[in-house]
Amino acid sequence: MNALRFAVVDSWVVAKRDLVHWVREPVRVFANLAYPIISVLIFGLVFGSAMTVFGGGDYIAFLLPGMFGQTIAFGVAATMMTVSIDADRGVTDRFRASPMSQTGVVAGRSLADLVNSSLELLVLALCGLVIGWSFHNGLPNALLAFALFLWLRFALVWIGIYLGLLVRPEAASASWMFLFPLTMFANTFVSPELMPGWLRVVAEWNPLSSTVAAARELFGNPGVGGDSWAAQNSLLLAVLWPAVFVAVFWPLSVLKYRNLSR
Amino acid sequence: MGVEVVGHAVLAEGLRKRFGDKWALDGFDLAVPAGTVCGLLGPNGAGKTTAVRILATLLRLDGGRGEVAGHDVVREAPAVRRRVALNGQQSTVDDVLTGRENLVMWGRLYHLSRRQARARADELLEQFGLTDAADKRAKQYSGGMRRRLDLASSFITRPSVLFLDEPTTGLDPRNRGEVWREVRRVVTGGTTVLLTTQYLDEADQLADQVVVLDSGRVAAQGTPERLKSTLGGDRIEVVVRDAGDLPVVRDVLGPDAEVDPDAFRVSAAVADRVAALTRVTSALASKGVEAEDIVLRRPTLDEVFLAITGHKAQVRA
Repeated sequence: MNALRFAVVDSWVVAKRDLVHWVREPVRVFANLAYPIISVLIFGLVFGSAMTVFGGGDYIAFLLPGMFGQTIAFGVAATMMTVSIDADRGVTDRFRASPMSQTGVVAGRSLADLVNSSLELLVLALCGLVIGWSFHNGLPNALLAFALFLWLRFALVWIGIYLGLLVRPEAASASWMFLFPLTMFANTFVSPELMPGWLRVVAEWNPLSSTVAAARELFGNPGVGGDSWAAQNSLLLAVLWPAVFVAVFWPLSVLKYRNLSR
Repeated sequence: MGVEVVGHAVLAEGLRKRFGDKWALDGFDLAVPAGTVCGLLGPNGAGKTTAVRILATLLRLDGGRGEVAGHDVVREAPAVRRRVALNGQQSTVDDVLTGRENLVMWGRLYHLSRRQARARADELLEQFGLTDAADKRAKQYSGGMRRRLDLASSFITRPSVLFLDEPTTGLDPRNRGEVWREVRRVVTGGTTVLLTTQYLDEADQLADQVVVLDSGRVAAQGTPERLKSTLGGDRIEVVVRDAGDLPVVRDVLGPDAEVDPDAFRVSAAVADRVAALTRVTSALASKGVEAEDIVLRRPTLDEVFLAITGHKAQVRA
């Protein structure tokens, strides 16, 4: 019982540290928010008129769920950065040499990252509503769609922790190079149906595509469908993919954390 | 059940640790009596940090045995963690938080209640002379203040053993003095300190016992006085204008003098500083040698090493 109580207290203390950072240094939060907002404006208003949605429909309505997905996916870089900076600066060692709960460290990390991502989604959604995006299947379905994005974010926390413990901060900041194409070889900005054959398969099976497709369906936005199994079962996959990530990277992170004493 | 740890607060017997095919520690022995300061001296790569990390339960050992505050570092790691604190080479101070918030955060992570954590933070701020800066963000602190805050955060639970890994690396002399004063103060409170350093004078200032590490093994140990007398204490250095004078200077300084022809410099160990200076100055004058510079200085770590191990300190690449 005590162990559980301390796990909760420790994770709150760790999460609070990050939240205080964001409140006191809002520049970082704005910088994080600026990218998706500018992207929405560029893709929605600049390229938007030249874009076609496979199966028809408004591009901005198609784009917004894709932007939610990309923002969530970029979160993995944020987690990686924080984890690898803490490890590099010896903060992780201090945690490990203290009696604090080891679950607390990672649970706190997840909590802080989920709060941050929820805020990003909220701001992005407001921005979308202003330029003409909307949801058409009722608030509960819309909230369910956002819950799917956060479920993916939770899974990415574990990938971020694992990779953050693996690399130094310099390498963590270079993760964008890989992340950027990964979020583009998906249904985020363009329908996979319009891509060359092999890329189309990659895009359809990209886990990010499942979450985005499921969200489009729940929001009632265009671009839903496609004849691949992955596209037809996006809701199922949007639940399963993150579960697989958690199942793989949770134990890997715990192992990596222990092996810091290798 | 507060069983007093009598005898040794830190004990290592034949510690071995391998990284790849290199033994970072190769049969390292150490015994630090409770309530004393032990200085681990050695160049980068000698194994100082590895030893500290093993004893602080952060690194697994490949052989031997370690005991800290009466508990085995492998089998009873959680018990060790409750009794030790570690202060690494880098500061773990959170810049965005204030000094007080930093201490309260660590207090909470050491499982004090919110009220206890606040009260303890106030005490520590007072003790470490940070009360006036308590509500400033740590970003605005000087290097010495940050170090002190970092040290204070190690004292949340009044640890019986404190590991300090190169506590003053990168600090200016005034800030080093501040840190030394704090270390001496905590030792008066009964804490045992194991300190690693690359500076001979730091070990001299703080340690009751100095252990010199070379390639993962103890090369020498004893009180700072004993080690210094092994080395012949201070050194005199003469720099000449004309390389042709070097042999003459060497004759004056004695058979053990070392000549560095590139730097036009001859140096030798001296027992009595002032007498040696007088003797050398007058001897050089009588031989008509014009010296560019004559200085008395303490031996460097390299010289300690050369004298003790017979080879130069190897810096790990």
